[in-house]
Amino acid sequence: MISKLRSIVLGLALLAPSVFLLGAFTVWPVLQTIINSFFRRNAATRGQPVWDGLGNFTRLFEDDQFIKVLGNTLLLVLITVPISLVLAFLIAVLLNQKIRGIGWLRSGIFYPTVLPMVSAATIWLLLYNVDFGLINSVFRDLGGSPRNFLGTSTLVLPAICVMLIWKQTGFLMVFYLAGLQGLPTDVMEAARLDGAGRLQTLRHVSLPLLRGTTVFITTIAVTGAFQTVDQLYVMTQGGPNNASNLLLFNIYETNFRFQDTGSAYAQTTILLALLLIFTIINAVVSDRRSHDAT
Amino acid sequence: MHHVTRRQLLTGLSAALVLAACAPAPTAAPTASAAKPTTTPVAAAATEIELYFPVAVGGPIAKIMDGYMERFNAVNPGIKAKAVFAGGYPDVLTKIQTTVQGGGKPPAVAVLLSTDLFTLLDADLIENLDPYLQKAGDAYVNDFFPAFMLNSKDDKGKVWGIPFQRSTPVMYYNKAQFKEVGLDPNNPPKNWTELADAAKKLTKPNGERWGLQIPSDGFPYWIFQAWPISLGKNVVGTEANKVFLNTAESTESLEYFVKLIKTDKVHPEGIIPWATTPDAFVAGKASMIIHTTGSLTNILGKFPNPADVGVAFIPGKNGFGAPTGGGNLYIFKGAPQDQKDAAWKLIQFLSQPEMAAEWSRDTGYIASRKSSYDTDLMKKLIAEKPQYGIARDQLQFAQKELTSHQGAEVQKIYGNAIQAAIEGKKAPKQALDEAQVTADKLLSQFK
Repeated sequence: MISKLRSIVLGLALLAPSVFLLGAFTVWPVLQTIINSFFRRNAATRGQPVWDGLGNFTRLFEDDQFIKVLGNTLLLVLITVPISLVLAFLIAVLLNQKIRGIGWLRSGIFYPTVLPMVSAATIWLLLYNVDFGLINSVFRDLGGSPRNFLGTSTLVLPAICVMLIWKQTGFLMVFYLAGLQGLPTDVMEAARLDGAGRLQTLRHVSLPLLRGTTVFITTIAVTGAFQTVDQLYVMTQGGPNNASNLLLFNIYETNFRFQDTGSAYAQTTILLALLLIFTIINAVVSDRRSHDAT
Repeated sequence: MHHVTRRQLLTGLSAALVLAACAPAPTAAPTASAAKPTTTPVAAAATEIELYFPVAVGGPIAKIMDGYMERFNAVNPGIKAKAVFAGGYPDVLTKIQTTVQGGGKPPAVAVLLSTDLFTLLDADLIENLDPYLQKAGDAYVNDFFPAFMLNSKDDKGKVWGIPFQRSTPVMYYNKAQFKEVGLDPNNPPKNWTELADAAKKLTKPNGERWGLQIPSDGFPYWIFQAWPISLGKNVVGTEANKVFLNTAESTESLEYFVKLIKTDKVHPEGIIPWATTPDAFVAGKASMIIHTTGSLTNILGKFPNPADVGVAFIPGKNGFGAPTGGGNLYIFKGAPQDQKDAAWKLIQFLSQPEMAAEWSRDTGYIASRKSSYDTDLMKKLIAEKPQYGIARDQLQFAQKELTSHQGAEVQKIYGNAIQAAIEGKKAPKQALDEAQVTADKLLSQFK
């Protein structure tokens, strides 16, 4: 009895630090955010919270700009995540060969990850420049007319997507590469003995075995895409006319430039809800797939 | 046992903290004692103040600022001023706001945008400067360029900020390219017709060279404001809850801008980046640009032949006009009285005509006071590089920069409308009408 009690106490004691940290730095701020999102608080209220019910949310969903921002954010996630994932997998397979100098190639592919986002954004700002950017110089040499990538609303979001894919694919690739190298060799051998070709092995053996990695990477890529903010700050400031404005940048602007703290809280609540939904979908889908596989 | 060690640790820590807090005092002494040998090394009596400042232009600003503080401290033994580099303009504002919201003490003085005035007033952060100005006398305040003082005053005429790093947009043009196409390099365009005609001659096909580039990302409202002002109707008046975004003057200006892009094709399509426009000019890819006077030092430094850099007033329809821009010095309400008084002394020190002239030479900002231009330093600078005098001369046509309650948001609303029209997404009139409705709705919260 006493030993059981002791083990319970010990268990609680061991959990306490993580419960405390999680509570103080995750649960409490989330609750604060949700509670504060029901108050109007801006320059007009002189920074004081005024109970407003769902006012912040109704105003946001009546605001064309916010709808546009929300749409841009979802579009960016839906474009960059699948493409980055597929590219990361393909590159990992290619780099998982025993060739001389492969280490250099791997470092090269991983290099964008090491660059701070602000530096990377500055590089792309110049690459995309309409007058002397590298991309437009090539266009011009090929006889085409230059494109103002970051200054045209139809081109700006794709341009940001390309940059994001370039930046994160190397990072995601590392997980796949590690996964591929950790695959049991006996299964591979069995597949080969059964007469499976390279592609078949990849499709029916490697990919299913890497499911755990895929779920993990998807989560990282989705949260990463939702947190896109640095490159907007450097490259577009959300323009032209909000064509590249994304949720996190909009929250930053709303709170720190426009002093509309109430609305920023409400937008953060929406961001949290979106992340929660994506995480749940990801978990459910991968769970179902792993049942199918067994 | 555990508790004892922890308490011991805490005691040790706090002792270390106290020591650390005391430490700067002895090190501070040499500067003060070097200036005045009579001062004892006890710096406890000195009022310590911090000046938060942003860096918005190129150059070793932080080093220059530290030098100014040293010189101020040398002549003010009772005060120890320290300059704190705090990021860009929005970062400085954010830093102060979060400090005050968290119950902390603000710095005594900071450089923030002149247009932050109503944001600072609504958050009740800044000190009214009229009592200080009364003591300083009319001669002091009247020596500042009147255009700069417009953004220092609230809707009732009270003064809250002292002009410091102030600017205005001007037109830069490439004299060599003017000669090349047969234009008079000493007679830059003076109105809209001349501007469009010159730009047509200067433009080469296929984006090889543009006649004119006006940056329109980030804060497109600023340069654009020059045109409604030149037409006699600024987009902002004295009231803090009214803006005039869709006037006939504003609409006509936007229609002209769109015509340069879509009909005359002398200006690239889409939104032009602020940061790289001077580079396009230096590289000869743009023959004329409109940019801040703060870029002058940078452009002259990079241009193949600096004598070919022409600076001119921004051509309006039939006259000239420009907004002012840049940062003012503010004193913060939450600071103790002795710090506020010390901060005022620092402001007066920094705004001496000689100091303002030095700051202008070191950074490219316009010296904020008229008498600065009578100093030898400024006379010599303008004699050597006459380009430095143009922005000052244009100030006679300058008006207030767009500001209001929730000012940054109103600026963005106006900017978005300009961008939508530039891209051809909306007709200028429609874009501005919609912007006016949005701005009115926002400002209706403020009576």
